Amino acid sequence: MNWIAWKMLTGDRAKYIGIVAGVTFAALLIAQQVSIALGLLLRTTSTIQDIADVDVFVMDPDVEYIDDLKPLTDNDLYRVQGVAGVAWAVPFYKGQGRLKLDVGRRDGPGLYQQVIVLGLDDATLVGAPREMVLGSLAALREPDAVVMDVAGFQYLWPGEPLESALGRVLEMNDHRAVIVGLCKASDTFMTFPILYTRYHQALQFVPQERRVMSAVLVGAEEGVSPEEVCRRIEERAGKASGGGRALKALTRNGFKRTTIDYFMKNTGILLNFSITTALGFVVGCAIAGQTFYTFTVENLNQFGALKAMGVTNRRIVGMVLFQALVVGLLGFGIGAGLAALFGEVVPRFTRLAFFMHWTILAGTLVAVLLIVALASLLSIRKVLVLEPAVVFRG
Amino acid sequence: MTATSYALADAEPRSAAPAVVCRALTKAFGDGESRVWALRGVDMKVSGGEMTLLVGPSGCGKTTLISIIAGLLDPSDGAVSVLGEDLRRLRGSRLVGFRGDNIGFVFQQYNLLPALTAAENAAVPLIIQGRRRGDAVARARKVLESVGLGHRADALPSQLSGGQQQRVAIARALVHQPKLLVCDEPTAALDAQSGHTVMKLLREVAVQPGRAVIVVTHDSRVFEFGDRIVFMGDGRVERVEVPPARANNAAGEYKE
Repeated sequence: MNWIAWKMLTGDRAKYIGIVAGVTFAALLIAQQVSIALGLLLRTTSTIQDIADVDVFVMDPDVEYIDDLKPLTDNDLYRVQGVAGVAWAVPFYKGQGRLKLDVGRRDGPGLYQQVIVLGLDDATLVGAPREMVLGSLAALREPDAVVMDVAGFQYLWPGEPLESALGRVLEMNDHRAVIVGLCKASDTFMTFPILYTRYHQALQFVPQERRVMSAVLVGAEEGVSPEEVCRRIEERAGKASGGGRALKALTRNGFKRTTIDYFMKNTGILLNFSITTALGFVVGCAIAGQTFYTFTVENLNQFGALKAMGVTNRRIVGMVLFQALVVGLLGFGIGAGLAALFGEVVPRFTRLAFFMHWTILAGTLVAVLLIVALASLLSIRKVLVLEPAVVFRG
Repeated sequence: MTATSYALADAEPRSAAPAVVCRALTKAFGDGESRVWALRGVDMKVSGGEMTLLVGPSGCGKTTLISIIAGLLDPSDGAVSVLGEDLRRLRGSRLVGFRGDNIGFVFQQYNLLPALTAAENAAVPLIIQGRRRGDAVARARKVLESVGLGHRADALPSQLSGGQQQRVAIARALVHQPKLLVCDEPTAALDAQSGHTVMKLLREVAVQPGRAVIVVTHDSRVFEFGDRIVFMGDGRVERVEVPPARANNAAGEYKE
């Protein structure tokens, strides 16, 4: 009977395409919007992601996200270094600097540009970029040296060859800075260019304060889990130690989660994208439901004839659900495919945030199946209450 | 052709084993003051091997009667037995299964599935019974040949004339060899020539020993094809007649 259901469905090509288009639109909108939202949220954690080889981030207890790092003291660093299970602990600086661009420039973003400054431990350079595009990381040890991310360079000096970056002298907060390399870095939520430099070099770039350390980067000893190290740091260096400043220690994933939670709670990202996603769902329901209902109503005589000829209500329901499933899977496939294509192509030309995790596809599939299930409900009811004798009424 | 051309017949058919028996059958629609009686006590028997025509003006209860006989509608009161089964005792999937196995339908508007070919349409009752699609379509092709449409087996309904579509519908109604064939105004949507062809085909192909054929019609030009004509009026059987061609033909074989 599924074969008959399939033939009935595809026989009316215009309606068939209409229903699939409705579901496709919904799937596309849901998958695309959620992927963009997730991409944006992940950008809030890009700095955490890019700081390589670190197991635990230690910070002020009031820190809620990566851009909200509150200053620590050198003493906090020493306390962390003394915790059992900590293989190493180094200082880390994250802040913003103001870059003065070439005087007389007319194109580009303007005379001044805010940048993200990341200060890495002078000795180990822990947290350095994973991939250099130009220059060498070792050059960071030179005076006034900074490494800029490629996207930032292209943003500040559009059209200029990458090679022209090396040796370029900048002015940051009235201090001299020299670009010694370009690296790859994940796009940030704030979209500012990123400058990597040594920790103590960073302190010279930024306004002087009594406390300047943003966080302590920690590596766990072999055999000790990052979670256990976090627990020990908070216990030993935190309130439990008595008298000392409380510290918050988070694993990489924990810090990402905390950051994402903050942005979801405190910005309109979740609400705005939820509304768009919900609209996609509703519109998908409306288009698919209305078209599916019309399709069923127009086929009532055929269904009536089938019922008269010995098709049970159960099999009729099965046929309608089969049609809904076919439409749903097709619409999901095309919609999710288009969303994936969008996510693959558009970011090549723009800085669109897009991350399509498999859970998004799974969620979209569930949403689409819900749409076609809702769409078919009305139709099923119509068919179930249909008296087969209707076929004798001309 | 007028009623005077026919001989009055007994309400009981000559055959010893009636395929359909209706006793004091009533059917009302609606409640209270809006209640309408479609059948007001119908007593009727239909024999296997015969074509019975149900005729009468619009609203006389013909369609309601065949709907009840076909198990598509419950009577308000009375008894109806089809092929020895008391339909009022058959319920749910048993009734649906009984219909699928034993009754063939020919509808006024054909009700062919537009996306299926003639052969596939004719195969539908076999597919409903659970037969493999390939086997069902192969069998349907043979039946289509018997109704003179073997050469159009792969045509879609939209590519067929009204008469051809009705012949496909007849093939569909016969493909699973039902013991009762119920036809609702099979010629109403056809021109005179096509209607004649369809009735002749029904007569030749459908009427077989052991199979009862009931045809609802108001087209007096096809009365000659029936073995018995049941005239209805106001929800009752008014009289039963036998066309002259049948009155002198005990074997019931049709001769044009």
